[in-house]
Amino acid sequence: MKLLIVGAGSAIAQETAKCFAKDGAEMFLVARDAEKLAAIRQDLEVRGAKRITTYTLDLDDLSRHPDLIRAAVDALGGLDAVLIAHGTLPDQKAVQDDVEKVMAAFTTNALSYLSLLTLLAPHFEAQRRGCIAAITSVAGDRGRGSNYVYGAAKGAVNIYLSGLRARLSKSGVSVVTVKPGFVDTPMTAHLKKNLLYAKPETVGKRIYTAMLKGQDVVYTPGFWWAIMWVIKHIPEMIFKKLPL
Amino acid sequence: MGEGGIPVPKLTRLENECHVQTTKPSERTASTPVKTRQSHTTRAGWGNYPRVKHKAIIPIYWREQAEHLSEIEGSLLPYGRGRSYGDSCLNAGGTLIDIAGMNRFMSFDQETGLICCEAGVTFADVLKLVVPMGWFLPTTPGTKFVTIGGAIANDVHGKNHHKAGTFGCHVTRFELLRSDGQRLLCSPTENADLFRATIGGLGLTGLILWAEFRLRRVPGPFIAKEQIRFGSIDEFFEISADSDIDYEYTMSWVDCMASGRQLGRGLYMRGNHTWPRRVPGKPSEAKPLFTVPVELPAFLLNTFTVKAFNEVYYHSQIGKIKRQTTFYDPFFYPLDAILEWNRLYGRPGFLQYQFVVPYATDRGAIKEILRQISASGVLSFLAVLKVFGDVKSPGMLSFPRPGVTLALDFPFRGRPTLALMDRLDQVVRANGGALYPAKDARMSPETFAASYPNWEDFAKYIDPKFSSSFWRRVAQKQHQQGIR
Repeated sequence: MKLLIVGAGSAIAQETAKCFAKDGAEMFLVARDAEKLAAIRQDLEVRGAKRITTYTLDLDDLSRHPDLIRAAVDALGGLDAVLIAHGTLPDQKAVQDDVEKVMAAFTTNALSYLSLLTLLAPHFEAQRRGCIAAITSVAGDRGRGSNYVYGAAKGAVNIYLSGLRARLSKSGVSVVTVKPGFVDTPMTAHLKKNLLYAKPETVGKRIYTAMLKGQDVVYTPGFWWAIMWVIKHIPEMIFKKLPL
Repeated sequence: MGEGGIPVPKLTRLENECHVQTTKPSERTASTPVKTRQSHTTRAGWGNYPRVKHKAIIPIYWREQAEHLSEIEGSLLPYGRGRSYGDSCLNAGGTLIDIAGMNRFMSFDQETGLICCEAGVTFADVLKLVVPMGWFLPTTPGTKFVTIGGAIANDVHGKNHHKAGTFGCHVTRFELLRSDGQRLLCSPTENADLFRATIGGLGLTGLILWAEFRLRRVPGPFIAKEQIRFGSIDEFFEISADSDIDYEYTMSWVDCMASGRQLGRGLYMRGNHTWPRRVPGKPSEAKPLFTVPVELPAFLLNTFTVKAFNEVYYHSQIGKIKRQTTFYDPFFYPLDAILEWNRLYGRPGFLQYQFVVPYATDRGAIKEILRQISASGVLSFLAVLKVFGDVKSPGMLSFPRPGVTLALDFPFRGRPTLALMDRLDQVVRANGGALYPAKDARMSPETFAASYPNWEDFAKYIDPKFSSSFWRRVAQKQHQQGIR
């Protein structure tokens, strides 16, 4: 398995990478912080990953994405699977009235995803096999007053992935949309935890199986499917008044 | 969902501005339980007593991220998986540095069995990785859900103490971060004093970032286990004398509710690593049987249920000796199969009591203590008896020493429970014994000083910014008085 992981420093991506490492996968890991990448690399090597290449990049720098994809393909000698996992959780109140901050949140959580997916699509379409997985969020299923900047960015990626899946399914390529609920990661370290919070390990393993099976849309943990089904079906005139 | 993209604050904290509410054991009785309001900075040890509030709990995920300890106000204490029973893993009113997310392996030499990992890696993580390759932990306590950092800080021991000593005996080096930002490599030859102080040092000497230790070779994941019924304490010592040479792992369960002629009856368990001729099933990842979903009502544990349990357990085997080959998991970690088993004790929680007394006086002391427990009517159904060996740990404040150790747990019922434990302290001290800090929530400063006569030497190596509820309870006051 030749695997590219973008946003390899994320807690969820690390857990998924551990599963692939056990299978002896070859990996190309991309993250912003070289020291963190080195620590992750050691861990995955001990766990059985075959050959790991690390690549330091701030993913907001869209102009360097083509180089990134080329470097990954060269280093691995092809690509079997990709996991795109980077992201930030903007503080809704702090960004909602600031155009620059909203755009920055979109660059990280939406545009950089679209850029990578756009570059990856022809590669996978041509080789007629493989798997592209991207982590979005249950927040992308409906705009909530408390988190709509993040939600809108993730929603855009959801719709893009849905269309890409329709296109690439004709070539036998699977596109996996991963929608985690609340996960106890560094990204949510400042928030109060409740019973809905899942461990990154649980979510990471679920992504691994979803990628191997080539599933379409995966809510993780699974109960979020039911929660979001209800959320999506509340009429807007009621929904707008709910404190969500 | 990660941190690629924008800079992450160096330290994210869970703040809690509420007033700190701590409780002293002596002020608590069963009739007036203190209700500590649950909040996200409230933590208890595994015994669920005491529960205390912290100013903040700061999770760290990366070794580099930890370098800003000095910026945190107030006192600090590293916190792993909270498997210490009492308050040695708590820091009421101060900050806990949660290291569970700093859990990466760094290197593993499959030829020599030398493994290096970050402090938040658990024994469960290590076993999952190394057992399929024919390696095993050098020694392990009765739960695998402890971190490497915690195992060093409490210098944990296991069923093979008579052969292998404590976990600290197998640690080759570690890196210690002090609050002044220094990162010190500690080993028997480098910063040797700090090495000895940190092993068994209850997390007070600084933050262990990573550690290297030696694994042991095993033929496979199986244990050849024998279980022998014994009718009295004297019989226990006979079996023990016969077993300690030929068996790597030995320990016993004792029925504390039995009295009179049956005083000290129990089941002796011993085992060795093995690769059986007939493999009993496919080795697979051990799955927990179930999780105790909520704290059960405390009344479910009463004299009748505990006596019934002990009676059934004692007679659970038909013959005198039962032999079987099992996977390592049920042999070492029977309780890990029930996640959150501490909730069985209900809201009030429970107290552990583990002591060691030297060989010379052992039978008298153990018998006296069993007699007192049996007579008091206080419940204890997980009593574990074991003979320690004389392998010396490098740790200054290490608990195990040559002798006999007995671990008991008592559902917390307020004053009667605490009074019994105070009486047991007298017996332990009269026999030159010691109590185990990792299991303690109530020992007096005097008992601590008697157990660890070198504690003031140890205190010199404590990081000035580090402290714990346990330490303030047993040592700080004495120490300050000493200075004056």
